[in-house]
Amino acid sequence: MRPLFVTSALILLSASLSAQTHVSGTVRDNKGHPLHGASVAIKNSYDGATTDSTGAFRFVTTEKGTDTLLVSNIGYNPIEQPVTLNGTPVVLHLALKEQLSELKAVTITAGSFSAGDSKRGAVLSSLDVATTAGSNADITAALKTLPGAQQVGEQEGLFVRGGAGYEAKQYIDGTLVNNPYYSSVPDIAQRGRFSPFLFKGTVFSTGGYSALYGQALSSVVLLESIDLPEKSEVDATISPLVVGLGTQQLAKDKQSSYGFSYNYVNALAYFKAVPQDVNYFEMPQYHNADANFRIRTKSGGMIKYYTTFSYNMLGLRRQDWDSLNMNDAFGLTNHNWYNNLSWRDYLKGGWKFDLGASYSTNLDNIGQNVQNLANQNQVFPDSAFWMNYKNFGVNQRQNLTQLRAVFDKKLGTLSAIRFGSEYWYSYNNQQYHTVEYNIDTLYKFHDNFNSLFAESDIYLTNALAAKLGVRYEHSTVINKSDIAPRASLAYRTGPEAQVSLAYGIFYQKPESSQLFFTQNVGFTKATHYIINYQKMTKDRIFRVEAYYKKYDDLIKTVPVNYYFSTFNNSGSGYAKGLEFFWRDKKSIKNFDYWISYSYLDTKRNYLNYTTQLMPNYAATHTASIVMKRFFTKLRSGVNLTYSFATGRPYYNFILDSLNKYNLAESGKTKDYNSFNFSAEYVPSFANPKARTFVVLFASVSNVLGYNAVYGYNFSYSGLYKQPITPPARRFYFIGCFLSWGVDRSQDAINNNL
Amino acid sequence: MKKTFVSSALVFSALVSCTLLMGLSTRAQSDKYVAAMQKNLSLFDSTKTIDQYQSLAATFDRIGDAEKTQWLPFYYAALAQTLAGWNPDLKDKDANSRKINAYLAKAEAIEKNSETYAIENMSATQQMLVDPQNRWMTNGKDASEALQKGLALDPNNPRLYYLQGMSMFNTPAQFGGGKDKAKPLFEKSVTLFKAAQPKSLYPNWGQKEAENMLAQCQ
Repeated sequence: MRPLFVTSALILLSASLSAQTHVSGTVRDNKGHPLHGASVAIKNSYDGATTDSTGAFRFVTTEKGTDTLLVSNIGYNPIEQPVTLNGTPVVLHLALKEQLSELKAVTITAGSFSAGDSKRGAVLSSLDVATTAGSNADITAALKTLPGAQQVGEQEGLFVRGGAGYEAKQYIDGTLVNNPYYSSVPDIAQRGRFSPFLFKGTVFSTGGYSALYGQALSSVVLLESIDLPEKSEVDATISPLVVGLGTQQLAKDKQSSYGFSYNYVNALAYFKAVPQDVNYFEMPQYHNADANFRIRTKSGGMIKYYTTFSYNMLGLRRQDWDSLNMNDAFGLTNHNWYNNLSWRDYLKGGWKFDLGASYSTNLDNIGQNVQNLANQNQVFPDSAFWMNYKNFGVNQRQNLTQLRAVFDKKLGTLSAIRFGSEYWYSYNNQQYHTVEYNIDTLYKFHDNFNSLFAESDIYLTNALAAKLGVRYEHSTVINKSDIAPRASLAYRTGPEAQVSLAYGIFYQKPESSQLFFTQNVGFTKATHYIINYQKMTKDRIFRVEAYYKKYDDLIKTVPVNYYFSTFNNSGSGYAKGLEFFWRDKKSIKNFDYWISYSYLDTKRNYLNYTTQLMPNYAATHTASIVMKRFFTKLRSGVNLTYSFATGRPYYNFILDSLNKYNLAESGKTKDYNSFNFSAEYVPSFANPKARTFVVLFASVSNVLGYNAVYGYNFSYSGLYKQPITPPARRFYFIGCFLSWGVDRSQDAINNNL
Repeated sequence: MKKTFVSSALVFSALVSCTLLMGLSTRAQSDKYVAAMQKNLSLFDSTKTIDQYQSLAATFDRIGDAEKTQWLPFYYAALAQTLAGWNPDLKDKDANSRKINAYLAKAEAIEKNSETYAIENMSATQQMLVDPQNRWMTNGKDASEALQKGLALDPNNPRLYYLQGMSMFNTPAQFGGGKDKAKPLFEKSVTLFKAAQPKSLYPNWGQKEAENMLAQCQ
């Protein structure tokens, strides 16, 4: 009996030991493609296998009974499959669904270029914006090398897809910048007020932008300021044109920082070396001071405050275009103070908020006098009244206070819903006086502008994403409201390729120069339809985009007499075009280039235009090629930009005796060509232990000395036209940028050796 | 009566045998763990191809999932995936580093120590090498920080000095690197390896590699 028991026990034991189950099969994705390297495992056991390149797996398990198979692969949602293990071979064909992931999902790109280091789908890095030849570290100038922006050289602003400069607005951390450029000087384009080094990300929208923004018919530039600096540092800039000094101090716990800087620009030395076509009787001088602090909150959010104060003055004399013996002496002083406070943070339950407050005030004191060749102010008889109107003084002030709140809630991995509101209080005044006609009038208005907006990001799969939004706006100065829908979509058509669509209606208040004279006007309107195809790999980007913009309710000038007009919304227009962008960082070693081409067909009847005409800031064909080459051994880089545009139209509108405008003359300027060069030398490149970071920078714009003509100014009679040309053929810049920082990152290793 | 006694005895002995068997099984499970770990650790020497490393990583991952309280299986899964990453035939280093980091996260959820930081360093270094000119500020910095954190936890880990030496060795002299800077680091690494008394199953790789590198610095 005992031997029988032992034998049965032994038999039972060996039977359990030899009861193995073969498990095999395949793992594919839900399109049927085999998944290589997927893991198939028996839960709570060591048994399992990984799939080969055909998606097949096989293994043997000693587990018994009903159990669970865990199937997983990185980037896919794991599944659990019940199995019965009783010795019979198990064959399974399994499918995994791709996880929604920020890295893999499509992004909506229609009408938008993003620049920045952490942005997915960015076409430019923040260093690109600063080092593009011809830009001289001005953000707007760098954006002009992208498709959609026109080459307008005599006026500041972004002229996008047939839109005027004021149809493009700049935002910093969500709030509008009222004066992004220094004050206008006739026919001389001014720089932007902000350095590109203040920002870590830029989104340049050429149309179809999100419901979170409004009041720009053509484009928005969304700038995101940098967070905490890497380490405390002191910076200095030295050049013949500008000197500056600043510091950023990072707290020991690395959770907050503060900084301030000052720079001074004086063109005296530069203008002595490079003569200008205009005669400066008051050398351009700029004083800029700024301060900031940044605090990282406990929940990982950021509070940032930035303030900048600027004072500048200049005076110049240029030839009067009515009389060859006269000069127009133009003088300007400007005071500008800009403040921006933002707080973005996280709440429980997947909520995020973004609060912003901004206050800016800008005061311009402008004067102009017609002077004879001895620089004496002239007064003219009534028969030449138009000359007397060129003697004037204008003091104007623009104040803008803004409050903004946006709340964002995550719904699932990537989908989200957001909503918010803005309130803008603006006060504008203009004191205009002429001596001869005893005019001394103060025009002013204030506006309470309010908006409410909501938007949702809908990600159905990694291959399909949509954004739907709506925006409500109300302005008290014109006493009108509007509701603007926005919609966009992106669909992946192949590996790294996608099609994107955007649609939206955009409204914009008339300009303050119009609102001073009449407030019986409504919003101007533009409707955008955009489609784009993009293929983007790590090293190459190809993009083609087509658009149609319909303008309605544009402002038309209704003349009352020579110097006074009122306005209405009877204007209209359209813009349509095709754009290409190609960037390649790989084909040629260490060589990076991009090519932009824009075709633009646009006409509008607005302001004093007599019929539907192509506006004078639009060119039919515009192209840019930007090249960068970095020489690692020499630690230097060379950048070249070539920009081309076909001629721009010019018009002379003359007011007849019936107070109606007539088109007396029209034509096209010659083509525009500009070849720009810049180089930088960075001795401390890729040396993270360097104490001092130095950049030597030199640039020349319009190297070949091409005589550009942007348009014409006409004499009162219309018989004489003076070409609008840049004040000097070339612009030279040479400067040195130094940064001293304390880097403690290697101390631990060094102390242990 | 004799029959009843015999049947009870049979039942009792059967019960005892079963208990003994079960008891053996419980001890066998931790023996099972040790045996599985030792078997798979010995496979490291013979593993060559990317697929073999991925398979080895998945095997360690299964052990880790089954055991639930051991960080070592997940650590070795991450290490195997890292060794796959050094193979020049592996094209998508970023995707591979995501796999390394996924295994490493499971290890670090149980215990964060100087060995897991060494893997963090290697994973970030592999990503940086994809495009050093543009990634030294991001992945390069992460690699550096991981070593610092590891040293703060265990300043006597020879592998950390080896990795820092490798970074210094591969950085051009004009950017602050080179053989002269790397040599003292490899010397310290070899010294620590010679003095090391690693616990059973704990990582002890790298001595040969450190000695090789030190020879190249002479």
